[in-house]
Amino acid sequence: MSILVLAEHHDGQLAEATAHVVAAGRAIGGDIDVLVAGENVGAVAEATAGLEGVARVRVADHAVYAHQLAEPLGELLVALADDYTHVLAAASTTGKNVMPRLAALKDVSQISEIIAVESADTFKRPIYAGNAIATVQSEDALKVITVRATAFDAVSTGASADVEAVDTVVDNALSSFVGEELAQSDRPELGAAKVVISGGRGMGNGENFKLLDGIADKLGAAIGASRAAVDAGFVPNDMQVGQTGKIVAPELYIAVGISGAIQHLAGMKDSKVIVAINKDEEAPIFQVADYGLVADLFEALPELEQKL
Amino acid sequence: MKVLVAVKRVIDYNVKIRVKPDHSDVDLTNVKMAMNPFCEIAVEEAVRLKEAGTATEVVAVTVGPKAAQEQLRTALALGADRAIHVQTDERVESLGAAKVLAKVVEEEQPDLVILGKQAIDSDNNQTGQMLAALTGRAQGTFASELKVEDGKLTVTREIDGGLQTLSLALPAVVTTDLRLNEPRYAKLPDIMKAKKKPLDTKTPEELGVEIAGKLKLVGVEPPAERQGGVKVGSVDELVDKLKNEAKVIS
Repeated sequence: MSILVLAEHHDGQLAEATAHVVAAGRAIGGDIDVLVAGENVGAVAEATAGLEGVARVRVADHAVYAHQLAEPLGELLVALADDYTHVLAAASTTGKNVMPRLAALKDVSQISEIIAVESADTFKRPIYAGNAIATVQSEDALKVITVRATAFDAVSTGASADVEAVDTVVDNALSSFVGEELAQSDRPELGAAKVVISGGRGMGNGENFKLLDGIADKLGAAIGASRAAVDAGFVPNDMQVGQTGKIVAPELYIAVGISGAIQHLAGMKDSKVIVAINKDEEAPIFQVADYGLVADLFEALPELEQKL
Repeated sequence: MKVLVAVKRVIDYNVKIRVKPDHSDVDLTNVKMAMNPFCEIAVEEAVRLKEAGTATEVVAVTVGPKAAQEQLRTALALGADRAIHVQTDERVESLGAAKVLAKVVEEEQPDLVILGKQAIDSDNNQTGQMLAALTGRAQGTFASELKVEDGKLTVTREIDGGLQTLSLALPAVVTTDLRLNEPRYAKLPDIMKAKKKPLDTKTPEELGVEIAGKLKLVGVEPPAERQGGVKVGSVDELVDKLKNEAKVIS
């Protein structure tokens, strides 16, 4: 078996998710190459070469791959895929964007967001917002797979794989990059944070999310939100934790003013320790919380910040 | 501009799902079905483009069993002009659906195709991207804003960590994210009128499309239940437990 992993990177930095996807590749078994595609990605390639278990880093460094737009990146993957039995990417917005293009152009099915590898052709994946787990078997010669990063422990670093350039350059007359508005934050990224504190509709308004800041600062936490809080316009969608947002699995997840709708639970129930703070003692969130505190969050949050 | 909007019949998002006792699949007998929520957003966006004068015709399409006509009638009630039902009782994977839709695109030649980013049953998030690839069109996935100007489509996309804006050549394929719009409810007179709007039925065979895929569903199991823990009486007790019992903070 031979596996190609598409590296995830942003702003010239290798994203944590890649080490998790390589781990999924190791669970499948076989030689693992990693493709780094982008513009000026030398540093990313270097970091990728350090991942344990990587045989070779292949680097496609060209302006057409800048911002990893789906159309050119899909074509590049099509050009490289014949050398492999499996192509893997993180189930990130980049992976979800491009991998189905590869699958369709190679006339194979895609297996989305796997959480376990049963064998080289059989995988487990959540369906119905995580309310059921399907086991699927692919009879396609090429397996195109996206991986839920939090379901696999990251491989360690310190290795030194070979780095080779890929000369394939494709045309892209279909799409062009206009701009990007990324949330500026000193906090860790939601998907990679060890601690996450999220607010729900119970926060009342966007202003009140500031009550989470002090606690997040003390714990080095990322701040998330439930879909109800996003839909109510309190905070932007990129903070959403849930089936329709980010899937997180931190060491500690603190849910504040979140009732615990199925769709939210699907995004955080694999967290190691869950704390719920809610004034409604019947809230479903308490059924999954390791520690539940029935309290008014406007009193509990300042007290918690002070006592941490 | 002609807009094609694809919809899928799925389990209603409020229904708690059950796995069949033999673990062969999810049990859908006598379960309330509805239009996939992301598809509702797609229909709404298409109708808004027509109301704004940008679109001249909105065609709704679905691939699925006879009962999926209900969802097409909903799309018609919401403002679509006509509908196409590609009828099959087979389990349709994303690739099969994309192949059928590609054929419909070839026949209808829409300037824009709008789909939901994912269906809430299989959670695949594939069909729109596959359709774009099969038809050689640009794609704007996870869209939170669309603008058509000077023969180009400007799409703002919800990406990890923020928003990205792309300019796409038309014709193009767009998939919807939650914040693109807030879908309206169909009014009773519109529901009545929708019954008279044209609905064309075809089969995948008539379109010359082979929908069978090579992904086998081996089984379905309920997720591991997470056990609820304890209630604590105070913030002090909570901090103590996190420090000394769970040991997740120091």
